[in-house]
Amino acid sequence: MTTRIIATGAYAPVQVITNDDMANVVDTSDEWITQRTGIKERHISSGENTSALAVNTARQLLERAGRKAGDIDLIIVATVTADYSTPSVGCIVQKELGASNAVAFDVTAACSGFMFALSIADKYIKAGMYNNAIVIGAETLSKIVDWSDRSTCVLFGDGAGGAYVEKSETYGIIEEEIGSKGELYDILTGGYTDCANIFNGKEKEDSLWYVNMNGREVFKFATKSVVKSVERVLSGAGVAAEDIKYVIPHQANTRIVDIISNKLRIPHEKFYMNIDRYGNTSSASIPIALNELNEKGLIERGDKVLLTGFGGGMTWGTMLVSW
Amino acid sequence: MVFEKIREIIAEQTGKDEEEITLDTNVKDDLDADSLDLFQIINDIEDEFDISVEDPEAIVTVKDIVDFVESHKN
Repeated sequence: MTTRIIATGAYAPVQVITNDDMANVVDTSDEWITQRTGIKERHISSGENTSALAVNTARQLLERAGRKAGDIDLIIVATVTADYSTPSVGCIVQKELGASNAVAFDVTAACSGFMFALSIADKYIKAGMYNNAIVIGAETLSKIVDWSDRSTCVLFGDGAGGAYVEKSETYGIIEEEIGSKGELYDILTGGYTDCANIFNGKEKEDSLWYVNMNGREVFKFATKSVVKSVERVLSGAGVAAEDIKYVIPHQANTRIVDIISNKLRIPHEKFYMNIDRYGNTSSASIPIALNELNEKGLIERGDKVLLTGFGGGMTWGTMLVSW
Repeated sequence: MVFEKIREIIAEQTGKDEEEITLDTNVKDDLDADSLDLFQIINDIEDEFDISVEDPEAIVTVKDIVDFVESHKN
C-alpha cells in the first residue's frame, strides 16, 4: 500500500514583475539576473496573503479530484510565510473549504517544505489513520524579502501549488527520504523575531526579518546534498536514472540545476523548469512545476517522476513516484 | 601537479582551453567567470584536494588557488 497523487493544482498572484521592473527598484539588469539565475519574471502579490493563495489551490484540488470538502481527512500546508504565527494557514484553508472533518496544520521546512508535508501525509495514510490529504506549498516571500538588497530580492516570487493524495494499492510513492543538517541553519534565514518585551527593554530589530543568504554556502549545500539524496533514493528503489521520465527540482536557480543534472548524468531536458516565469517560490516551487507538467499532459500513468527539493534549515527531500 | 589539476578543473567549468589558463590568469576577468562559476570551481577543488576554502573572495588569480591548495593540503 502506498500514497498516490490524484490531482494537482496551483495559483499565483496576477501581478507579474519582470527583470526590467526589478531594474527600476534596485541596481540590476535583465542580463545579470537571467545569466546567473534563469529567472525572467515572477508573480508578486498585490495584497493577497499566503492563505488566499493556498485556498485557491485547495479549491482547484477538490474540483479536479472530484471530492467534496467534507471528504477530506487531512490538510497540510508547507510555508515559511504564514499569515499569522497562529492560526496555521492549514486552519484557514479548512475554514474556507468547509472541510469540517479534516485536521489541519502547517509544516516549516523552507524550500523542502512540500516534500516534508507530502512525506508526513504519506505516513498518516500508510499508518491507516487517514485515507486522503490535501498537501499544499504556499508562500508570499515578497513580504520577507529586502527590496533594497539586489543580491536576494531578484530571486524570489509568490505562489502556491499542491496535490490531493489518496491511499493506493497500485501507483504512488515508491521511495523517499527527507533530511536536515541543522548545523548549517544560519546560512539561509528569514523572519527572525527578536525577543523584545517590556521587561527587557530590547527594541525589535528588523535586519534579520528579511531573507539573509550566504550564497556560496547555499550553493555548495544545494549542489552536493541533492545529488547524494537522488542517488540514495534511486538506489533504494532499484531504479536506474534513465528510467525516470521527469525530474522536478526545487526551482532555485537554473545554474544549480544544471550542475545537479551534470553530476547525476541525467539529461537537462528531463529536468522540468519554470523558474523563468516564477522565480524561487520556496515550498510552492515543486508543486507549481508538477502541476504545470501535469496540465500539459507530459506525464502518464505509471511514468516515474522524481521530486527533489533543498532549502533553509538546511533541509532536503526527494521522492520517487510512479504517476 | 597541483597547477595542472586546477587548470583542468577551471577549463572544464569555464569551457576554456587549458592553454589559455596560466598562473597569472584572473579567473573572473580573463575567463568571463561569474560568482557561480567560481563557486563551482572551488567546490571541485575542495573535493579534489580534500580541503575547505573559507574565503572565496580572496581568490583572484589562478596562482591564489594554487598557493592556497599547496599550503592547506596534507
